[in-house]
Amino acid sequence: MKANSNRPRLRAAWNTTAALLILGVLLIPVYWMLNTALQPGSSVAATEWFPSSPSLENFDTAISSQGGSLLTSFVVALGAVAVCLALAAPAAYGLAQFGLRGGQGIVFTTLITQMVPGIVIANALYSAYAELGLVNSYLGLILADASLGLPFAIVLLRAFMVSIPSEVVEAAMVDGANRFTAFVRIVLPMSRNALITAGLFTFLFAWSDFMFALTLNTTDDVKPITLGIYQFVGAHVSDWGAVMATAVLSAVPAAILLVVAQKYISAGITGGSIK
Amino acid sequence: MSTFASTARAAKSSGSSAAPARADSGTRRRGLLRWLFVAPALAYMALFFGYPLIRNIVMSFQHYTPKTYFTGEAPFNGLDNWRAVFADELFAGSLWHTALFTLGSLLGQFTIGLALAVFFSRRFRLSGFVRAILLLPWLVPMVVSAVVWRRILDQDHGMLNSALHALGLTEGGVPWLNSPGVALLSAILVNIWIGIPFNMVILYGGLQEIPRELYEAASLDGASPWRTFRSVTLPMLRPVITVVLVLGFMSTVKILDLILALTSGGPADSTQTLGTVTYQLSFLQLDFGQGAVVGNVLILISAVFAVLYLRANRADFGKGN
Repeated sequence: MKANSNRPRLRAAWNTTAALLILGVLLIPVYWMLNTALQPGSSVAATEWFPSSPSLENFDTAISSQGGSLLTSFVVALGAVAVCLALAAPAAYGLAQFGLRGGQGIVFTTLITQMVPGIVIANALYSAYAELGLVNSYLGLILADASLGLPFAIVLLRAFMVSIPSEVVEAAMVDGANRFTAFVRIVLPMSRNALITAGLFTFLFAWSDFMFALTLNTTDDVKPITLGIYQFVGAHVSDWGAVMATAVLSAVPAAILLVVAQKYISAGITGGSIK
Repeated sequence: MSTFASTARAAKSSGSSAAPARADSGTRRRGLLRWLFVAPALAYMALFFGYPLIRNIVMSFQHYTPKTYFTGEAPFNGLDNWRAVFADELFAGSLWHTALFTLGSLLGQFTIGLALAVFFSRRFRLSGFVRAILLLPWLVPMVVSAVVWRRILDQDHGMLNSALHALGLTEGGVPWLNSPGVALLSAILVNIWIGIPFNMVILYGGLQEIPRELYEAASLDGASPWRTFRSVTLPMLRPVITVVLVLGFMSTVKILDLILALTSGGPADSTQTLGTVTYQLSFLQLDFGQGAVVGNVLILISAVFAVLYLRANRADFGKGN
């Protein structure tokens, strides 16, 4: 009897051990990034296995040379979130609730746009941007980066807004609010969680964007961190400590969001891809 | 449900000056007003997805040179771009590398992702915590991951070779990124590492949807775990598997960030893919016409798989509207 009741518990303990082992193996590169970043002067020689005398020197170098790029990434990503949500939220609501003729076709098209390779967009966009003077501009990069999150945001928000009972909005309209005020005052607050999820993902997509940063900028005027680290490696291949410190800094938003907004992230991954 | 109801009540009581609902005089105007909600997003998608698609086709028949952006002249040159690209060995090579890269990445990501999803479906402590942390490699910018891996895979000072050497597994350093025969494999391994979390999370979600009773029935029938996996888990998981594979295909076939930061397409063009060749032709050689040709090939390949994706998603269109 006793042995029987212990067995499931023992097995669970084994599973936990195995899970931690898997975690350890899969996160070795992340450890190595941190480890290298904490060892100053590990330039050309092999890096030690553990940071025996850790120092933040590399981070000083990273911030002084890449701090501006981090800020640029932040501004561009926030801008992309603003553009993306401003476009996606009303559209998703319209597609979910208005029964528009051709609405299904639009959702269909939205799904397809997710599959257009970014390099193809960049290829044609560059010519258009050159004519419009949008190359090397914040606005140009923000608008392009918004495309990374828009289809996802529309699909995700629509899936949520379908479940909002139309009586709620109609009640407000009976009380004199027009359709747009009702949308802003009632639909948006109700969709708070879905909006946060869509916004978070758009932020991460824009923060991670490399292709538009690389192709739509020909000078250093607008240089997000992804482009910064890419050029940094090209130019300073000997100073790996500083490169890794930059890598750590550029991974910070992902890490923070993973801890703070875990439930939105898992909601986004399952919601956006399957539904 | 209760929150919806209470919001409705609050909305009703807040507006005291109830204007009489206008009759259907404004029906048409209201119809137009409804389209205003959707119009901005539609306009944006037309500009940022529709226009590039069409422009790319046009561009593939135009002759672009480095001078084009000064003179504004890109004369039509018929099928010249297409002929040049298809005659180029680099293109054939990149097609082959893209196929290998995509196939290898998907195979690795999916198999390991599925194994982990099944494993984490067991109930044990820290399961949720570990699953969450495992997402990190997927959330970090791909260029950054690639840069870290570039250091790890360094032939002389990389961690992997040091570890292999310390374990007595290899004599000299393995030229992970320096040998044309190995570099593509290294790129695939890195991409598998990046893709595992995404596969795991979606497949895990799919596994949770499978009704418990099916497993109970299988165990009553005395089915072995492997048999249960094959006859219950896999068939029930099929729609999710399709979605995961098609989405994985979409993001893998157009790969650019990873390759550029890891190998820049080298050594000896052994890791050039359709994405990197498009970039190289258009943005380094400034031959946007030939770049557009490769881009169009990429779109064609994606389109085939888009059809698969939409089929897998068809069930969703019945909902809502």
